[in-house]
Amino acid sequence: MAMKIGDKPFFGRVDDALKDDFMRQAMSSAQDRLRGKKISATVEDELVGDWEEWRSAGEEIRRHTLENLDFYLDQLSENFSKRGGHVYFAATAEDATRYIQEVAKKKNAKKVTKAKSMVTEEIGLNEALEEVGCEVYETDLAEYILQIDDHDRPSHIVVPSLHKNKEQIRDTFRDKANYTGTEEPKQLAAFARSQLRETFMQADIGVTGCNFAVAESGSISLVTNEGNANMVTTFPETQISIMGMERLVPTWEELDVMINLLSRSAVGQKITTYVTNLTPQVTEDSIDAPKEFHLVILDAGRSKALGTEFQSALHCIRCAACVNVCPVYRHIGGHAYGSIYQGPIGAVLSPILGGYEEYGELPFASSLCAACSEACPVKIPLHEQLIRHREIYVKEKAKTTEKLAMKTFGIGASSPSLFRLAVKGMPTMMKPLVKDDSISSGPGPMKLWTAVRDFPAPGNGNFRHWFDNHKKGGGTDG
Amino acid sequence: MAEGMIHNKNDFLANISARLGREQSKQVTRPDWKHRPQLEILKKASPEELAAVFSRNSVEKTTTVIETDSTHLAKVLLETFSKYGGGRVVATKDNRFGEYGLDSVLAESGAHVWNPELGKENIEIAKQAAIGVFFSDVSLAESGTVVQFNDKDIARSVSLLPLTYVAIVPKSTIVPRMTQASYAIHKSVEEGKRLSTCINFISGPSNSADIEMNIVIGVHGPIEAVHIIVTDH
Ligand code: SF4
Repeated sequence: MAMKIGDKPFFGRVDDALKDDFMRQAMSSAQDRLRGKKISATVEDELVGDWEEWRSAGEEIRRHTLENLDFYLDQLSENFSKRGGHVYFAATAEDATRYIQEVAKKKNAKKVTKAKSMVTEEIGLNEALEEVGCEVYETDLAEYILQIDDHDRPSHIVVPSLHKNKEQIRDTFRDKANYTGTEEPKQLAAFARSQLRETFMQADIGVTGCNFAVAESGSISLVTNEGNANMVTTFPETQISIMGMERLVPTWEELDVMINLLSRSAVGQKITTYVTNLTPQVTEDSIDAPKEFHLVILDAGRSKALGTEFQSALHCIRCAACVNVCPVYRHIGGHAYGSIYQGPIGAVLSPILGGYEEYGELPFASSLCAACSEACPVKIPLHEQLIRHREIYVKEKAKTTEKLAMKTFGIGASSPSLFRLAVKGMPTMMKPLVKDDSISSGPGPMKLWTAVRDFPAPGNGNFRHWFDNHKKGGGTDG
Repeated sequence: MAEGMIHNKNDFLANISARLGREQSKQVTRPDWKHRPQLEILKKASPEELAAVFSRNSVEKTTTVIETDSTHLAKVLLETFSKYGGGRVVATKDNRFGEYGLDSVLAESGAHVWNPELGKENIEIAKQAAIGVFFSDVSLAESGTVVQFNDKDIARSVSLLPLTYVAIVPKSTIVPRMTQASYAIHKSVEEGKRLSTCINFISGPSNSADIEMNIVIGVHGPIEAVHIIVTDH
């Protein structure tokens, strides 16, 4: 599936990544800068007040919305369609791409511009559109860089090209797009501007993701800095926006809180340069607005988390604050996760969306230091969910054959470097407990990790149902 | 207005309700939120303080800020046009230009005022323009943000395509933060008022930090931004 990156097994990818000093250097400096920006825009910004209050506000809004998801999605779709927009509820990635292909064919579309498109990456939309004869143009600078570099894959959910430095970008532009300038970021960005300027105007369809939809008014909110999302949603005749089904708020009042949490946590800004809020209005006589507006609401595995201990993973607003503090991500980089969703949230979300068979090892890419949970603006208990994933995974593996499970769990043996790393991230008090690449026992979070090795009884009766739905992976419901 | 189509809703929502272990909710009341830190920010600030915070935060985003009053606005605007390239100016079609006595400035500088009857030609002109000028409908002190409620006259292209945008910010439009703007929008939705098809919050020139986290100003939108704060007449 399109969520997946590379074919190597997880531990092999980790070892590859750990040998790549260059990438690790890029990752740690980017992480430091992103984290520094977040801190100065949150706990250190006096004007914003008590950041913990904001986090609690975010948590309470997300919890209420997810608990009433059916109601708010109903309201959103009714309000969107009342204004003349079309809504397609897609149970699977394939349903979503099929519908979008149909729209493209009906419109006889040749050129498609895209912005804010992590969810379109998840469903493999570019390939689907190319199949029906469209040329697809990524327009976020980072995604543009990846696209012209032979469709390199994202390594970070907010800055997908984080693993590339300016010299590499210059060389890619030179080799693939006849760029003749220097590695100055200003020149590189100016080149992207000039390359895409006319394309924006000529596109038949503009495709976007969605940061938040607003149920009360049927609106889509996009949070960007470059101006490309505005270009993509202003000039084409047809707009298609795709949202994960959990990405909505009840009203504009909650939108305000979420935009603040997202802008400050993701990029350390008080607000991003553009917050563009779009509501269909097909009979409107604006010259520079789409005449047709489609909203695709995507499940693709998300609903399997509802009603389980993983429901709060759907509270995620994709700010990457957890990624930016993760000591394991810092060392192994984004690609090692093998999923377009990386870092702690990737390790929680990927097994939910893609199944344990494909992504069951990701929850082990963590030292359980809990920095992720502390950084999360909507207070998702990420490290607890990682532990729970481990329990489920081990339990199921153990059922098949205990030996196999033991082997999978010998992280020390499978990836000595990852093991060392994980140990490095542990609280110092834990270290005496580490012997011969294994951990005997320990208090606190480590206790849970080591408990996993003892194959504890399942936490509750839901677990079988949960794993059965997940072990085969894929987006369809079991 | 013709309603759009909704596909597959019932099955999709039924699955969600089942997963949540209950019947589909027919009515949900938003709780009284326990945490509302947004209401505290700049709660007691005077209009002057708000203008000062707006100005400071605009500058932080590399926006140039000019403060004036309605008597001097025409002169200031003309100077701004000549300072930022002296090229073509495009303006939204907005009665406020007349109310602030700016029609003559637009005429004098040969500005193109958005004219829906000219169709796509407007976009071509905006694309070539050095400056796009418009009024801010609501302005956010906390982040130095101007807000447009776009429609056929207050065209989206004006703040997007030219090299520089110039926003006229009546002091009375400055509120503490997005909270006040969102509340007003929420109220108008509740009252069944027609919502603008694009509500655009804009905070300075377009930019990107995608290359090694270096901020580059001017990517796909404007490369420079000017906020003219004007004390209302
Ligand atoms: S889990 Fe929390 S911190 Fe991580 S991306 Fe999602 S919202 Fe941000």
